Amino acid sequence: MTTATPSAPTPSAPTNNLGFSKQDYVGSKSTLCAGCGHDSITAQIINAAFESSIEGYRVAKYSGIGCSSKTPAYFLNQGWGFNSVHGRMPSIATGASLANRNLINIGVSGDGDSMSIGMGQFVHAVRRNIPMIYIIEDNGVYGLTKGQFSATADKGAHLKSGAVNDFPPIDPCTLALELGCGFVARCFSGNPKQLNTILKAAFAYEGTVVLDIISPCVTFNNHDASTRSYKHVKDHDFPLHDLGFVQYSEVEDVEIPAGQTEVVTFPDGSKVAIKAIHEGYDPTDRFGAMKAIHESMAKGEFLTGLLYINPTQPPLPQVLNLVDEPLASLGEDVLKPSPAVLDEIMQSLM
Amino acid sequence: MTASLAAPAKPGGAKTRINDFSIQVATVNGSGSQTANTVLLRAIFQMGVLVSGKNLFPSNIAGLPTWFTIRASAEGYVARKASNEMLILMNPETAKEDIAKADAGALVIYDEPLQLDKLRNDLSFIPVPFQKLVTASCPEPKLHKLVKNMIYVGVASRLLGVDMEEAKKAIAKQLKGKAKAIELNQNAAMAAYDWAMENLPDQDQVKVVRDNKTQGLIIVDGNEACALGALFAGVTVVGWYPITPASSLVETFIEYAEEYRKDPKTGKSTVAIVQMEDELASAGVVLSAGWAGARSMTSTAGPGISLMSEFIGLGYYVEAPGVFFNVGRTGPSTGLPTRTQQSDVELCAKCSHGDTQHINLYPGTMEECFQFSYDAFDLAERFQTPIFVVTDLDLGMQNWSSKPFAYPAKPYDRGKVLNQQQLAEAKDWGRYKDVDGDGICYRSLPGTPGGKGSYFTRGSGHNEYAQYSEKPEDYVAVVDRLKRKYETAKTHVPTPVFRTLGSAKGVLAFGSSDPAMIEAQDALAAAGLKTDYLRLRALPFTAEVDAFVKGKQVIYVVEQNRDGQMANLFRETYPEYATKFKSVLHYDGHAIDAKCIVDQITAFEQK
Repeated sequence: MTTATPSAPTPSAPTNNLGFSKQDYVGSKSTLCAGCGHDSITAQIINAAFESSIEGYRVAKYSGIGCSSKTPAYFLNQGWGFNSVHGRMPSIATGASLANRNLINIGVSGDGDSMSIGMGQFVHAVRRNIPMIYIIEDNGVYGLTKGQFSATADKGAHLKSGAVNDFPPIDPCTLALELGCGFVARCFSGNPKQLNTILKAAFAYEGTVVLDIISPCVTFNNHDASTRSYKHVKDHDFPLHDLGFVQYSEVEDVEIPAGQTEVVTFPDGSKVAIKAIHEGYDPTDRFGAMKAIHESMAKGEFLTGLLYINPTQPPLPQVLNLVDEPLASLGEDVLKPSPAVLDEIMQSLM
Repeated sequence: MTASLAAPAKPGGAKTRINDFSIQVATVNGSGSQTANTVLLRAIFQMGVLVSGKNLFPSNIAGLPTWFTIRASAEGYVARKASNEMLILMNPETAKEDIAKADAGALVIYDEPLQLDKLRNDLSFIPVPFQKLVTASCPEPKLHKLVKNMIYVGVASRLLGVDMEEAKKAIAKQLKGKAKAIELNQNAAMAAYDWAMENLPDQDQVKVVRDNKTQGLIIVDGNEACALGALFAGVTVVGWYPITPASSLVETFIEYAEEYRKDPKTGKSTVAIVQMEDELASAGVVLSAGWAGARSMTSTAGPGISLMSEFIGLGYYVEAPGVFFNVGRTGPSTGLPTRTQQSDVELCAKCSHGDTQHINLYPGTMEECFQFSYDAFDLAERFQTPIFVVTDLDLGMQNWSSKPFAYPAKPYDRGKVLNQQQLAEAKDWGRYKDVDGDGICYRSLPGTPGGKGSYFTRGSGHNEYAQYSEKPEDYVAVVDRLKRKYETAKTHVPTPVFRTLGSAKGVLAFGSSDPAMIEAQDALAAAGLKTDYLRLRALPFTAEVDAFVKGKQVIYVVEQNRDGQMANLFRETYPEYATKFKSVLHYDGHAIDAKCIVDQITAFEQK
């Protein structure tokens, strides 16, 4: 249990705009394998939430089943967690986010949880533009059941045991683009700076953020023949751009240099500054993004960064035209029709 | 012992059946006959006669045979009656079979070209020139098909003695707001009535005579009654997936929500309704919305419950509230998706893997469909668990007359939820600590400010503080407490309804079997076998049920499934009395009728 009030002042610990230190954003101790890519992601979620001055009590953390799905216990103890059933995290996020539209929703899933058993829920959550950061910690294997292939494993990839994957991979990012997702990004757990910036931008986004993070499994998929090993991914990681994120509260204090920097502004005023590395890549061009990703995948590369951004897609509570107050807070005075209404209905049935 | 039930009138029989008969209408699905059938039913209802209607329809949009039965009963019996005194045969494909099955002496109204009158000589045949009458009454040929069925409304009204003003009123109600359609249909029905007056001899086998039994009553189906219960219970999140016969529950709710669940100032909605991609996702939405403090529900049938069962186990174990309507149909598998059954008793009682026990509500009347739906949301939040409201196609989709629903004045029970201040004051709060000894713990809602009360909900093993645990003692403590919680529910769920004649022999039924059970109980008593009837209304079994089980020599458990699922629950719950329970079963997809109950109990008694 953490406290609401900022942690006891340690002279050296910096605090954020809310007066919290980074320690206020941590969770329980990880029980994953030492060196697991997932723990690096957890660390960046903590950093980004701290730096973005996220109100911890508003955070709801959702997951399904698998190594990735354990991680919501390892960050943001101030928030509420819901570790549900395999592949069904998106529907858990859907219901809770509708019940309370003030929640800040983070879903953590894996490639097995989202691209195999949970494919249906992934697809439909993205279509509905649930207000959530949907993180896929993608290692190409089932870790918790000891190393079977997942649906994102490359065709021809080898397991440690020598088994070969006969089937083509499913790519969460192009799939999300196809489904109309307004914020699609891919990161590598070994590139904390890029991940940190994208997570901060994701916190500012109103709809579904699909964030596929290549996160090597050090136990089952880190051998020389693996296409998801730490070394292989590092060698094939092609960052698209240098990213900067400026939260709405800091916009006036930060000057974004002119020149080759593209700026995308969110409805709350936050800005993402994008300085291209990959010549001619435009993250606001959905079809161009799909083409570029497909081309890079054909070459065995991982294009990383903000693959696509459309800052103005209405999230589900807005599409459903829900009242501003959280539905969960509405009382009987608002919800229960009067005796006159029942009488009117009964008359119509006579 | 012989019990007489609804024997059909013999030709030339002495007695006219006044306000006591069944009419079966055979038509083709999709031909618009439902409107005509409802008009006929309503017209009789408006004559002050109690009626019930049952639509026996195929799993098909158009083209397959469908039957509609209207039963009028001066005694107030509204169950399906196996025999029919009047047949209206509009479907050439089934006409011969319908004739073969007809009860001797029945009146048979049919389309003249079908030439059915040679098929049997113990029926009263009434040929009607449908096409000729339609052509004469409706100037537009393209509308002939739409009004053809109104011809039998006119003819039947004439033969039964139904006032045509009532039929016209019923047409206007049924086609509310469509002036042209009302006029066309009224004209067709009237033309048929006039033709019948001139051309058909009157009959004295079955008649409708004005009565006052329906004054102030409504006609409603169970899905609408449940939808209204949810509306008044203030449901705020609905996740659902279409399935017969449950779809109309949410669809009716949507219509009411459009009208009554908008903020008057902003026009914004106070309920989120999402048609999900499947039943699994619907269950996820219900439980997570409940977890986050909303009143949530879904509506489905047996196949949907099967798909939801993993999630329902999660809801039970993590203690998330939610209301699950199961409008039962004939299983297993796709089964007969448009026919009725009570075959999900054991499924809903113990849905999911591992040790699970659920609170189930079994409404047996329209008023209970309304009230129990309202109560289900209180129970879900009080017990922090999935609640099943178990009905079936017969209750859910058929027309029932009912007293108007009483306003549910009881305030909402939002259960044990700690707010920011209570959390701040709580000492050593744990999400799963049984502070009150009733098995129900105090919960907090996500988004509560103040920094207290956050916890991690997990379907894996956990201790009182919601921390991950694989310790045997932690696991056992939680599941034993859940059992304690279920015990507590015994004093919160609806108690049974008794209809006692003073007998050591018991009969027990629930849900849609009630009308047939009442009728059968009367018939058995008339034949010399008195019984005491307990109508079960919920799981877990309450103290009243305990006493009944202990006190009776024998208990006939009446239910609409093959395996005697409710009887099995009783044998399991009361093993020392296991031999008392005898199963009376009906499971062919039609609603249960009194005769089958009488016959089976009589056979048991003669053993």
